[in-house]
Amino acid sequence: MTQKSTRRDVLKLAGAATAATVAPTIATAQAAGGVVVIGAGFGGATAARYLRRAGVSVTLVEQNSSFSTCPFSNAVLGGINTFSSITHGFGGLRREGVNVVRGRVSTVDPDAKSITLDGGDTIAYDRLIMSPGIDFKWDAIEGYDEAAAELMPHAWKAGPQTNILRRQLEAMPDGGVVAIAPPGNPFRCPPGPYERASLIAHYLKAEKPRSKVLILDAKDSFSKQGLFQAGWAELYGDLIEWVPFSEGGNVARVDPATNTIFTDFDEHKVDVANIIPPQRSNRLVDTAGLADGGDWCPINQTTFESTIHANIHVLGDASIAGRMPKSGFSANSQAKVCAAAVAALLAGTDPASPSFINTCYSLVAPDYGISVAAIYRIIDDGTIAPVAGAGGVSPSDAPASTRALEAEYARGWYASITSDMFG
Amino acid sequence: MNPIKTVVAGAFGAALLALPVTLPAAADETAPANLANACAGCHGTDGISPGPTPSINEISEEDMIALLTAFKNDEAAVTMMNRIAKGYTDAEISAIAAYFASMM
Repeated sequence: MTQKSTRRDVLKLAGAATAATVAPTIATAQAAGGVVVIGAGFGGATAARYLRRAGVSVTLVEQNSSFSTCPFSNAVLGGINTFSSITHGFGGLRREGVNVVRGRVSTVDPDAKSITLDGGDTIAYDRLIMSPGIDFKWDAIEGYDEAAAELMPHAWKAGPQTNILRRQLEAMPDGGVVAIAPPGNPFRCPPGPYERASLIAHYLKAEKPRSKVLILDAKDSFSKQGLFQAGWAELYGDLIEWVPFSEGGNVARVDPATNTIFTDFDEHKVDVANIIPPQRSNRLVDTAGLADGGDWCPINQTTFESTIHANIHVLGDASIAGRMPKSGFSANSQAKVCAAAVAALLAGTDPASPSFINTCYSLVAPDYGISVAAIYRIIDDGTIAPVAGAGGVSPSDAPASTRALEAEYARGWYASITSDMFG
Repeated sequence: MNPIKTVVAGAFGAALLALPVTLPAAADETAPANLANACAGCHGTDGISPGPTPSINEISEEDMIALLTAFKNDEAAVTMMNRIAKGYTDAEISAIAAYFASMM
């Protein structure tokens, strides 16, 4: 305990000293060995922090003044957590010497090795790490565009959308129908829509018990399905109804003016419509062709360096990272491997062989947690694959005490990973 | 203070005493830092947890090897670590234990 505190204090002092000497110039990023990171989410903030720990000069570019996490945003929707509890500032990163620059990146220029911000400022890099997250395919569901999302929120990026959906749930009368429409694979946070259904049901059961959650799914199966469905039956009875693709769940069209959802077979006029549209990598990657005409960015899965452009690394949801799911935990794990690889490459040494973890907790209720986990390595074809015989889901026959413990560890995970990201 | 230590001393102490301690094998190709940094996702940076998940930064090398081996062999009643520990060879478990011990 004493050692720990001492070491932490020393780190803080060192960070403060570094911050004082380097802040706040953009020119810092142009110094030899400078790394620029785009996006202060699970991937970007973690990469920046671990590069600083390795002694590398880092500029982190983020368009917002704080970061709100998608993990636990479902708890905000369910009225369990406040929005401020999922929002994190960058003071810790600055204290550790990360040069945090607020700005929206407009273009990436691989030939000039620089990025340009809205307003025209450019920042040069020796190596660029991009963790820009997702964008939506606005044309995929007829009638669902950015304007429609103000009325039928996706709430799949935590922020104003989360609050729109929460306000709609609060305003809904008892007996209303909340529709949740998850997309096909792959998409950000595969168990997320089903945790959302759970925590909205938790809220409705207590406050508006004649209401219903209707899941209109573009898929016939989903992550942790058996555990979720057993939990729903146990806790919520028939409050949650899941309509799979094969039974007409696929949403083809929406009419935001009347809050109507048209599936392949049917139409549903609902009180709250949470449409989670199909996704792709953030369109910023297109300014350098990093998705190679596809939805996601191909990379060397050992170093996360783009296979399209040298010296640009892409990680997190935007990347093709083998069989790792698109999750905050995956991005955090990838970021540490990527930071170590970038530090090695800058030093002229070989990047070490990676190891990754993804652990995903979901809350079926505030005291009812379930999980899935896997350990990942690089296999012979160079892609990331799960270690056979390890990982898996929570046992189906676990007692209530285990579910309660996993709910507690879900909160522990959140506290740990956000401190790992932001200091 | 440290729930993992209580666990070592308590419920599984007897089982752990009977376990053979695996000696560190030849260095694995996966860098110890790459193995150990992934733990921080749940247990906090350098194994220091700010929340209800146990910290793992003050566990001796021997205890860490014994714990992870017990988890791997389903000899301890845990919710998550039995699934995680199965993803590592004995040599990797030793490398992780040595990595955290070196920071104490």
